[in-house]
Amino acid sequence: MQKLQTGKRPLSFYALSIFFGLFVLFLYGPMSAIYILSFQGPTGGLTFPMRGWSLHWFDALFSQQRTGDFAGAFTRSMILAVMVLLLTVAISVIAGLAFRRRFVGAAFVFYLAVASLIMPGLLVGLGVGLTFQTLGVQTKWFASALGAQLTWTLPFGMLIMFAVLSRFNRAYEEAARDLGATNWQIFLWVVLPILFPGMIAVALFGFTLSYDEFPRTLLTSGAANTLPMEIWGMTTNVTSPALYALGTVTTLVSFIAIALALGSIAIIQWRRSRPVANVSSAKEPE
Amino acid sequence: MNPADQRPAARGSIELAGVTKRFGETIAVRNIDLKIPGGCYCCLLGPSGCGKTTILRMIAGHESPTEGAVLIDGENVVGKLPVERGTAMMFQSYALFPHLSCTDNVAFNLKTRGVEKTERRARARDMLDRVRMKSFADRLPAQLSGGQQQRIALARSLITNPRVLLLDEPLSALDEFLRLQMRGELRNIQAEFGITFIHVTHTQMEAIALADMVVVMDQGQIEQAASARDVYDRPRTGYVAHFMGGQNVLAGTITSRQSGNFTIASGNKKIDITAPRSATASSPAVGDQFEVAVRRDRVRLTRAPSQAADAGVNAVTGRVSGIEYQGTWLKISIEDACGEGFVANVPDDQFFADPLKMGDPVIARWDADELHYLVARPGRAAANGSTVVAAAGS
Repeated sequence: MQKLQTGKRPLSFYALSIFFGLFVLFLYGPMSAIYILSFQGPTGGLTFPMRGWSLHWFDALFSQQRTGDFAGAFTRSMILAVMVLLLTVAISVIAGLAFRRRFVGAAFVFYLAVASLIMPGLLVGLGVGLTFQTLGVQTKWFASALGAQLTWTLPFGMLIMFAVLSRFNRAYEEAARDLGATNWQIFLWVVLPILFPGMIAVALFGFTLSYDEFPRTLLTSGAANTLPMEIWGMTTNVTSPALYALGTVTTLVSFIAIALALGSIAIIQWRRSRPVANVSSAKEPE
Repeated sequence: MNPADQRPAARGSIELAGVTKRFGETIAVRNIDLKIPGGCYCCLLGPSGCGKTTILRMIAGHESPTEGAVLIDGENVVGKLPVERGTAMMFQSYALFPHLSCTDNVAFNLKTRGVEKTERRARARDMLDRVRMKSFADRLPAQLSGGQQQRIALARSLITNPRVLLLDEPLSALDEFLRLQMRGELRNIQAEFGITFIHVTHTQMEAIALADMVVVMDQGQIEQAASARDVYDRPRTGYVAHFMGGQNVLAGTITSRQSGNFTIASGNKKIDITAPRSATASSPAVGDQFEVAVRRDRVRLTRAPSQAADAGVNAVTGRVSGIEYQGTWLKISIEDACGEGFVANVPDDQFFADPLKMGDPVIARWDADELHYLVARPGRAAANGSTVVAAAGS
């Protein structure tokens, strides 16, 4: 026991620490370089050194003539991501509840749905695009691309809902029925509120997966670009730090989405287990 | 003592008539007939998988019987919703809604009935007051201890104004100390509300401490339904005697009958006991399987010259094979020449006047009128009949 408390660490600790340090460096190093370079001065280039600091390239980003239709692509991506989010949450919850009943052929339907996780995204996109062409329907970012993206987000959403529902105690529903609730009331007043934190997790996945989806969207979005495709285009056309400014802005959006999701989950958890002293004294004078 | 006697016309009487429940191939409950008087505290007692929870859930309306009828106050309720039956169920883990405050949990039933918010909250607070939980009205279930959660669950059930409250192992989630405390509270609340309580448990002492009526079950059948005292003191079958504990069960084949005594034998082991008077039992004959019980605390121990000494009628000879101090008494296990166990509970003052040691030869005797003749159960006779002396589980 005393030997453990002397504070001498084994060699493996230092070896693993160096390994972890390298991992962090490779993960965040290149990204940090992009974030820093996005604040280049107006005369700066795509590489270090920094020639002063400015927000010049963020300004350039939003002036369409120089960098393409960034604002339009951003708007489309946001709308698409929100549509994907809502559909993913709704369908995942319904599917999760359905699969609890272990209907005939459940396993087959499950594998059918989850198989799209391992299908090459580009081929899924190609298939959807071809189907639309064959049917003589124009591919649009809000129609064909929406469908192609759902093949990617739904398996994730369903798997999360399965995990959430596997911990959902059926006694809650029975208790509610025992207390006179109708099926609809049980769903609305008991099942949905209890599943809500899990639904936020599904929403976060739906949003972020859609927001940076590329292979399935490439051949299905039609004439108008979504943001990842716009970025792809810019990497070939734009030779200014505006490209880096774009990287910084999109990362910021992702972080905001994650913060919103985790924040709301944290608030729910806190509300359900907040320290009791101030709660009861505030509302219960007796 | 027995509320069922004081209030013969109490609401919430229950009758199961020929109830069978199958889950696919397995039969959970097998053709059960049972009458529970209104206002009675009834415990369904049995090992896990004996069908007690299935019976509770069929009364509650969370399962439908495959065959038979469930009657509450004389009316068949099969196919009716729980609220229409006037039953309320308290679930094993309480199943309090984690996202609702205590008040809103208790008010849930009123919400389903469309009672307006201020009124239902006021009524929920009144109910919380009755279970002494008013100061916890705004807390969420996760902020409560197990005992407090149970009171909230009780309040949530009682606000439906049920005729029958069904409790599924209500004390199993609590630690030992709290279990004894809440057990008393359950009894008090039952007396206060005057409704029928049906309480499922696998703990013998819990059942006999609480219940007016104990229903002992095994393998989907009722072994005995009687008062707590009868079930403990006068078990109907060897199974009940084993399960309730506190009894030595002697089982075997009658090999001879002479001058009012039986010799029952199994293997190379024989015991002579006083035969039941012809009026008390359907006069068993030589060759019949026979089971009899003797309470452990009615057995007297005397030192024997040797383990092989002839015990005579209503006695067993053996060696002390276990001594457990229990405070006011000692549990003395005796092993006879064939290695069979027998237990005597000896008062502490008697024991310490002349303490026995491990291995001492002793004779365990009992009076003829301490013999309690058991009803042989066809399905079980073969299983238990092979042992002449079988001590009940501790």
